[in-house]
Parts: sequence; C-alpha cells; structure tokens
Amino acid sequence: MTMQIADSVSLSAPDARARAHAAAARDNLRTEPRAVRIVIIALAVLFLSVFVVLPLVVVFAQAFSKGILAYFAALAEPEALAAIKLTLLVAAISVGLNLVFGLVAAWAIAKFEFPGKTFLITLIDLPFSVSPVISGLVFVLLFGAQGYFGSWLRDHDIQILFAVPGIALATTFVTFPFVARALIPLMQEQGTQEEEAAISLGASGLQTFFRVTLPNIKWGVLYGVLLCNARAMGEFGAVSVVSGHIRGETNTMPLLVEILYNEYQFVAAFAIASLLAMLALITLIAKTVLERHLDEGHDASDH
Amino acid sequence: MTIEVRNLVKKFGSFAALDGVDLKVNDGELLALLGPSGSGKTTLLRIIAGLDWPDAGEVSFNGEDALAQGARERHVGFVFQHYALFRHMSVFENVAFGLRVQPRAVRKDEVAIRARVKELLDLVQLDWLADRYPSQLSGGQRQRIALARALAIEPRILLLDEPFGALDAKVRKELRKWLRSLHHEINVTSIFVTHDQEEALEVANRVVVMDKGRIEQIGSPADVYDNPATAFVHGFIGESIVLPVEIDNGAVRLGDRLLNLMADGIAPGTSKLFVRRHDMLVRPSGSGAFEGAVQHVRNFGPVQRAEVALWGGETIEIDAPRDKELRAGDTIGLEPRRYRIFAGA
Repeated sequence: MTMQIADSVSLSAPDARARAHAAAARDNLRTEPRAVRIVIIALAVLFLSVFVVLPLVVVFAQAFSKGILAYFAALAEPEALAAIKLTLLVAAISVGLNLVFGLVAAWAIAKFEFPGKTFLITLIDLPFSVSPVISGLVFVLLFGAQGYFGSWLRDHDIQILFAVPGIALATTFVTFPFVARALIPLMQEQGTQEEEAAISLGASGLQTFFRVTLPNIKWGVLYGVLLCNARAMGEFGAVSVVSGHIRGETNTMPLLVEILYNEYQFVAAFAIASLLAMLALITLIAKTVLERHLDEGHDASDH
Repeated sequence: MTIEVRNLVKKFGSFAALDGVDLKVNDGELLALLGPSGSGKTTLLRIIAGLDWPDAGEVSFNGEDALAQGARERHVGFVFQHYALFRHMSVFENVAFGLRVQPRAVRKDEVAIRARVKELLDLVQLDWLADRYPSQLSGGQRQRIALARALAIEPRILLLDEPFGALDAKVRKELRKWLRSLHHEINVTSIFVTHDQEEALEVANRVVVMDKGRIEQIGSPADVYDNPATAFVHGFIGESIVLPVEIDNGAVRLGDRLLNLMADGIAPGTSKLFVRRHDMLVRPSGSGAFEGAVQHVRNFGPVQRAEVALWGGETIEIDAPRDKELRAGDTIGLEPRRYRIFAGA
C-alpha cells in the first residue's frame, strides 16, 4: 500500500515537469530565442535613447546650463516674449480656421455623395505632401510685391507678406489636413442614421449638429485640434519664407530659436526650444489620453 | 391617418428603385411591405418619412400633400433597421430627445417630459434601463427603445424598417407578437418593411408584396398566400413546386406527358405551373395527374418530405402526411389539390 502511494506521488512530479517542458517548447515555437530577443530590445532602446531621449535631455541641459535665473531672463527678453505672443496668436488663428474648414470638409465628405469627392480627399492631403518651403513660396508668389495680388494689395495699403496675416495664412495652409483627417474616417464610420433619426424626431439642422453630430465626434475634434496646434506652433519652413524675420515683430518661436543659435546665444536659443519641447511632451500625453477615448467611441459603435 | 401614394418613381442612377408605385394605407392599419432586397420597399418607406425624395409621383397624408413638408414637419415616427440610437445619450435621454427639441412655445416642461418618458419606457417594459447607454443593451432592448423614442413625439404614422432584421430567431418571434399587441393598444397607422414572409403574414393586417420597384400584390395574409396574383408572389411566399409546362389548346403538357389539368384562359406556349408542396397529394400509381418514382424520403417535423422524379422529366419535393407510407423506389401518382398556371417562361 505504502509503495503504491509513493509511486503515485513520484509519478506525478515527472508528469508535471514533462508538461512544463512541453509548454516551454510551445513557447519557443512562438517566440525567438532569448538572446535574439535581448538584442532586438537593446537595439530599440539604444536607438530611442540616441535619437529621441538624448536630444530632449540636451535641450533642457543647454537651457539651464547657466542656471535657472539665466533661463528665465532669456525668456523674459522682449524679443522672446514677442515671439511667444506671435506664435500663440498665429496658432489660435490657424487652429480656429482649420477647425471650421476641417469640420465642413469632413462633413461634406462623410455625409454626402457628390462628383469629385475622391479628388477633394486627395486635395486635403496636399499640404502634407508638399514641402513647407514650397507652401510658403506659393504665398510669396500670390501676395508678394511682384505677385498676382501684389500691386492691388499695395494700392489698398494691405500688408500680408512679412506680417501676421501672411504667417497665419502659411501656417493654416500647412496644418489644414489635421482636423479633416481626424474626422473623415470617424464620421464615415458613424454614417448618417443618427442625424436622420434626429431630424425625423423634429430636430432642426442646428439642433441635430450640436446635440447629435458634435457629441459623437468631440474626441476626434479634440484630437485633430491638438495635432494641428502642435504643428502650427512648431512650423518652420513655410513661416520662414513669408515672415521676413523682422526682430520682435514677425519672428515666431522656431524662427527665433534659429536666429539666437546662429548668434551663439545658446542659453536663449535652448530656453525657447525647451518651451517647444514641453509643448511636444504635453501634446504627446494629451494624444494618448484622447486616443483612449476615441477607441472607446469605436467600441461603443461596434455593439 | 390615411396615406396615399400615387405613381411614385425613384431612380438611383439607371437603377429604378421605385417604378410607378400606387398604394393606399387605411387609418389605423398595420401594413407590411414584403419583398426581396432591392425590391424598393425601404426606399418607399424612406420617401413616406421624408428621408428621401421621389423623382416623380405624389404622397399625401389625409389628403394633404406630404411632399411639401420636410421630414421634420411630417411628424412621422421612424424606427431604423439598426436602431440609430444616440450612442452618447442614456436611454432616458434618447426617448426624451423628440420632446426636448420641440420649439420653445410648445415644449413641455421638465416634469412633463420626465413623466412622458417614464410612461413610454413602461409601455415598452424597459423602465429599469433608463440610465443605461445604448451600447449596454441587447438587440431586442435597443429595438424597443428605438420604438419608444419614435412614439415620444406622438407620431401620426409609425414606420419601421426591417424592425426585427438584426435579431436572433427567438427574440424575433417574441417581438413580433409584442409589436402586434402594441399596435392594437396605440392604434397608429403603421407600415413595416420586411423580407421575411412569415413575419409579414403573421403580424400585418395587409401585406404589400413588392419586386423590382413595383407592387406585385396587395391583400390580406390569407389572400396573398392562397391566391397569389403573379408568378413572383407564388414563388416568393410559401414553398412552391414550379414546373415548366407547355399549354396547347387548353391541354397541359409536361415534357412528353399530357397532364389531366385545366388551363382555361392561359395563352398557348411555355408557362409555369405552381403547386404548394403540401398541396401535392399522394395517390396510387396510375391515378392522379402526375406519375413518378420516389427517390428518397426524409422524416422530420409534422410531415415527410419526399423527392419524386416525375415521368416527363423534372424532380420535385413534396410534403406528405407522415401516416402515408412512402419508400424509395415506389412508383406513385400525384394529384395537385390546387394549382396555378402563369403564362410565360
């Protein structure tokens, strides 16, 4: 009797071990050997460190290299303050315009059928595929002294190029796709049935938009606005062409960073740059949060 | 509220979704639009609701031109196939929507709105779901909330697009009975669209059978089942045996076999003979219009289904009572209890 019990116990142990082996073998089939895994992960971490984390650290290290007082003194320079103000103004204008344009374009594309729709979708992507410098040059060609509207503008004493309107226009053009791109797939997926239901229940066009359409796309709108804003504040190429680099007047933050750097004012340059870097970090966090909300929205519509 | 539709035409490109439709719906009626997909039934429903516009024709409610009004003014309750509940609103707010968007002058106050929504949720027996969101409901619950929402505006007409289309068979059967008793209770002129003949025949007072943008037949469920007006209706409703026959001077021929059947008033030439499966009666060999060999027999449910190869070509399936003993290899006679012949191939 005792022998038998002992047997059955000793049998179960190798049995369990055999099962563990089998499980390990199955795992090995599915994944790479441990060494390969370590190498791949190490490569990824190294790459990220050198190309993403290191520059970010350098920006802040340089900004604070002469101490925290020098950092804030650099930011308090009138030139720096003017650049920050201009950047905020331009971002507000272009995000506002693109919010309206993007909503209208996405609405038209997602909810209606019309000839030339595919062409319009392609056109919306144009600012992404054209080099920003070219985008800026287009505005110079249109509004410059030798441009198509140049003489008319001069006659009426309207300043577009080398002034706020030009910078805002160039920025708006470059950042146009963000809101529309965020909304088109979302609105297409949601279709028009909820709007039809609202109208058949007696809602007016405006009531339908504010009570049904907008709440359904609000996370998408915020997502588009966030990315649009990040790009608007950081835009360099197009703005550089139309700005004229007038100190204290038409220099945005990215332009000022370049100028200060070229003048060997490293602390000032990196202090401004650190603000842009912080904007990027905040954008990144907000983006992650918004994406979670967007996913929930998709899930809800699946059921 | 009576609805009258006259000579309605609607084209999508070169495809005619509606090709001259005339229909009169009586006050308080529960009408089914029945047809295969692409027959134009949903388009007709959407035009009545004001969600689509016809290329030609008239729609009137109680004699008034409805096409002069938009969907918003028509006061029509519409239940969408996929419910179209507002996903960001609670069940309560979904039902309250129609009351909240009314013009300020006629809008009820908050207390009255709450009372009305409660009443509607009681009516559809889902008052305990008021705080849930649509994504947390089952299909059948969503369907009933969509109905409560449509009823909130006290619609003059209730339109339902494939109301049970997205539900499983059991829920579908329950909701069918429920819809019929609900209609009995509220007595609003109602039209529902379905491709399921059983649903149409079981729920509706009258059935409109549509095909290819035209109305094939309008009648009571018994009428369209027993007296199909066209070959399409006979084939679409109920299970039919269809045989290609030649008509020649009132004589009916299947292949080379002369059938002892009447074909009065049918033009000579190739025609189609329709018989319901259960109307094909088994007779001793040598008697009956048809003669054939039993291929095999399957026993299930209340009947036995036999495959019979007829003399003159064609193999058919018949439903015979279980007490009639049939075996593969038997030669039997078959006599149609009732049959219809429609001219044309």
